[in-house]
Amino acid sequence: MATQTADRPADSPRPGAAAAPEAVVVRFAGDSGDGMQLTGGQFTLSTALAGNDLATFPDFPAEIRAPQGTLFGVSAFQINFGSTEIETAGDAPDVLVAMNPAALKTNVGALKPGGLIIADTGEFTKRNLEKAKYETNPLEDGSLAKWDLLAFDISALTIEAVKPFGLGNKDALRSKNMWTLGLALWMFDRDRQPLIDWLNAKFKGKPEIAAANVAALNAGHAYGETAELSGPLKRLTIAPIESEPGLYRTITGAEGVSLGLVAGAQLAGLPMFFGGYPITPASAILHHLVRLKEFGITTFQAEDEIAAICAAIGASYAGQLGVTSSSGPGIALKTEAMGLAIMTELPLVIVNSQRGGPSTGLPTKTEQSDLYQAVYGRNGDAPLPVIAARSPSDTFEVAIEACRIATQYMTPVILLTDGYIANAAEPWLVPDPAAYAPFPVAFLEEKNDGDTLLPFKRDENGKRPWIKPGTPGLMHRIGGIEKAIDTGHIDYSPATHQAQTDARKAKIDGIQIPDQEVTLGDTTGRLAVVGWGSTFGPIHQAVRRARKRGLAVSHIHVRHVWPLPKNLGELLGGFDRVLVPEMNTGQFKTVLRDQLYVNAESLTKTSGQPFAIAELDAAIAKFFDGIPGNEGGEVDADSTQLPTPESGHDDGSLKAVQP
Amino acid sequence: MNDMTPIQTTLKDWETDQEVRWCPGCGDYAILKAVQRTLPQLGADPANTVFVSGIGCSSRFPYYVESYGFHTIHGRAPAFATGIKLANPALDVWLVTGDGDGLSIGGNHLMHVLRRNVNLQILLFNNEIYGLTKGQYSPTSRIGTTTPSTPQGSVDRPANPCAFALGAGARFVARGFDVSKNLPEVLKAAYAHQGAAFIEIFQNCVVYNKDVFNDFAQPKGADDRQLWLEDGQPMLFAGGTKGIALDRDLLELKVVDVAGGDWEAAGVIVHNARNRSIAHMLVEAPFGPFPMALGVIYDDPRPTFEGAVTEQNAQASAGREPNLAKLLAKGQTWTVTGTAADPV
Repeated sequence: MATQTADRPADSPRPGAAAAPEAVVVRFAGDSGDGMQLTGGQFTLSTALAGNDLATFPDFPAEIRAPQGTLFGVSAFQINFGSTEIETAGDAPDVLVAMNPAALKTNVGALKPGGLIIADTGEFTKRNLEKAKYETNPLEDGSLAKWDLLAFDISALTIEAVKPFGLGNKDALRSKNMWTLGLALWMFDRDRQPLIDWLNAKFKGKPEIAAANVAALNAGHAYGETAELSGPLKRLTIAPIESEPGLYRTITGAEGVSLGLVAGAQLAGLPMFFGGYPITPASAILHHLVRLKEFGITTFQAEDEIAAICAAIGASYAGQLGVTSSSGPGIALKTEAMGLAIMTELPLVIVNSQRGGPSTGLPTKTEQSDLYQAVYGRNGDAPLPVIAARSPSDTFEVAIEACRIATQYMTPVILLTDGYIANAAEPWLVPDPAAYAPFPVAFLEEKNDGDTLLPFKRDENGKRPWIKPGTPGLMHRIGGIEKAIDTGHIDYSPATHQAQTDARKAKIDGIQIPDQEVTLGDTTGRLAVVGWGSTFGPIHQAVRRARKRGLAVSHIHVRHVWPLPKNLGELLGGFDRVLVPEMNTGQFKTVLRDQLYVNAESLTKTSGQPFAIAELDAAIAKFFDGIPGNEGGEVDADSTQLPTPESGHDDGSLKAVQP
Repeated sequence: MNDMTPIQTTLKDWETDQEVRWCPGCGDYAILKAVQRTLPQLGADPANTVFVSGIGCSSRFPYYVESYGFHTIHGRAPAFATGIKLANPALDVWLVTGDGDGLSIGGNHLMHVLRRNVNLQILLFNNEIYGLTKGQYSPTSRIGTTTPSTPQGSVDRPANPCAFALGAGARFVARGFDVSKNLPEVLKAAYAHQGAAFIEIFQNCVVYNKDVFNDFAQPKGADDRQLWLEDGQPMLFAGGTKGIALDRDLLELKVVDVAGGDWEAAGVIVHNARNRSIAHMLVEAPFGPFPMALGVIYDDPRPTFEGAVTEQNAQASAGREPNLAKLLAKGQTWTVTGTAADPV
């Protein structure tokens, strides 16, 4: 075992050596085949069970099984947990678990000075060092001097631990992640039993595999005791956070969207039809819904993105709640069909789990750059409502809201999430479905104008009736061609097109949405930081910190991106300056300027990484430093932040590496 | 089709109050009338019938049929129809498309609706031209077709709609043409077939591709150039003086002379609509050396897509209660009381 203690001034405490900190950031990094996401997921659960608040950030390569040991094959999972409210995955980790040289190389730069590295020496072979482009072994050459280091042969220890179960070395090494998890559970004083139960359930049919994994977990845990005696490892107990009492679970955005759609369909009293086509990171929603057929859900994996939305529109036409989901490139393909749903005024929910673009872009990385596409991106004057989720648990609420608007206004609705929200997990106070007001749908059953059927006769909200084929006496035709008022007969006449364009716009503009509230802070002040979507966490933390320092900053987080809340302009008028941090080149800033004539300023980041709190701290500070003209701007890519630049792209070295 | 109680209707019941806006003399009029004449004979219910179309001249069809109708977007009608059938399998769905809509922009969807075997009738109006966009060549245009987009003549090989359908896995393939008196019989057979029923209907575009099918469709000499297939009947044409036989050495069809009505002696094949190999040969047989094969070429049903989906949905739901509160609280949960958390 190689251990080393960081060079540090005598009065500078080790992390955890003194009183337990309020929050700790741990990053697990390994080869994409090492099971880091699973390790992170289970550590998340144990953290939640310990009563800590938490936020996670999974980062995995675009390649399913990138060549072993390579820099671009590194998969990482970061968790921030503590005894205070946690809303981001944290900026810099306190602890890095590096399962191989590539994982160390791509992640160690992010580690806080004095932080702890746990490394598996069994993987620091000459070959793996070469793959990671290390000339000498960093565990031995003193290059990690500013960190604490705990390096030992996890591979050998795992093989030893699972020996009684008669597994070959290759199978035995599969339990390495459980060994590591055992050590992590020891470090943070966690109960192993829920994990043991989970392993036994997961490998119900293979008791020897379950037993081997449990043995590895226990061995890692036992090792903690030994290491504590002789090295830098210290056991930390993070106090539980004061939470609202109730039943909790962890939830990812993909789960939240799926559950929210199920709830929304139930509140509308409708069966749901989900049309999807495989695409990262949206496929998870299809995978969740396909297992919920007893809720009246039909799922359909279509031949392409276009067929997925068209089938969903067909199902809506036939009286179900049509839903489709995709990511940017797929949404682009669905655009023409969205126009038809707008023109025929049929309900539809379209979920966009945004990823970096344009084109294929960054399939597994996050971005908020499809806002223009959602708001403006269709041929013709084609307005539709756009709403955005701010966190994994918020997706549940937003999905219900999307179902409500779609069915109450007979319109397609775009729900924006992103790669970060879709994959990240957080604790969720399980809501009571009875607390949500139902919005039951009433289909037209008989003619609505004496002896005449008027399929496009609008009610006071501008909504036309929903008429299911199969209803006696209400036969009619709909389509994408401009149509006469009320009757819906084909009519291209100038006055008709003008009137219908106005009516379609008025319907969307008039959608009832709640007034915008200030998320944190006062209703007036020097600076409003306005966000939408997954920037919620870092903005909220940065504004909280700034307010603690006495700065007159407020956080305003917008869910209803289109149409905007009616009071938003007036609210923003109460602030001297408006800053809009976005993971794009300033799209919501443009919408705010366009709609509200507000002088919104941009803080942009397009590196495929979420904002770090520190970046927002710095941006907010510029509004108070008395130097005019330096506000806003662009945040550079951060090579130490997740996702790492090496992960998730084919940099050509695929060919260079022999299997 | 679906097993519904027959409804008494007349041709008039299937006509809308909308003015039909095809060019005078267009073959679409004849097809519309054939369909409107056939629907009452099928006992179809207008309230339970949906005509779905894409974009093109043919796709205006739903506006003229007094039933439910959905005029969708270019090429995608099969996807809309699939969603409609999955949402409500009891509906009678007719899909109207053309050679451009169905085989060019919508080729992918046509392939998959056939492969999946969604229970509906597909009427593909083939006029070998883009009519609504003023006469460009289409994927079924013959080599050398001169159009505004191919002033020197088209050079790409045309698609064969029935061969495409069979290749995609269709379990019912038939052919007819706009003014044919036999078209209602073909429509009835398609309706009777459980599953995706594909009918290629040759349609005369009198403005941009006039009389392009005259070589077999014109009444004069029709019997020499049309082979009307009937299940269980020998493949005879030209007044029974000629027939189709199998060249057993080359494994291909051949035309044989039938002397004195003794077709058996001539080796003429008896049409078996369940014979997929012969169906492939019939749709590939080049017109000219062979007569145009018309009628029901292939009809061998298999379980339908929406039937399988409905059954699987029912099986997966059996004994499972749709309890939302339980669903939300699923997985590994914990209860917070004050500050302590307990696993549940």
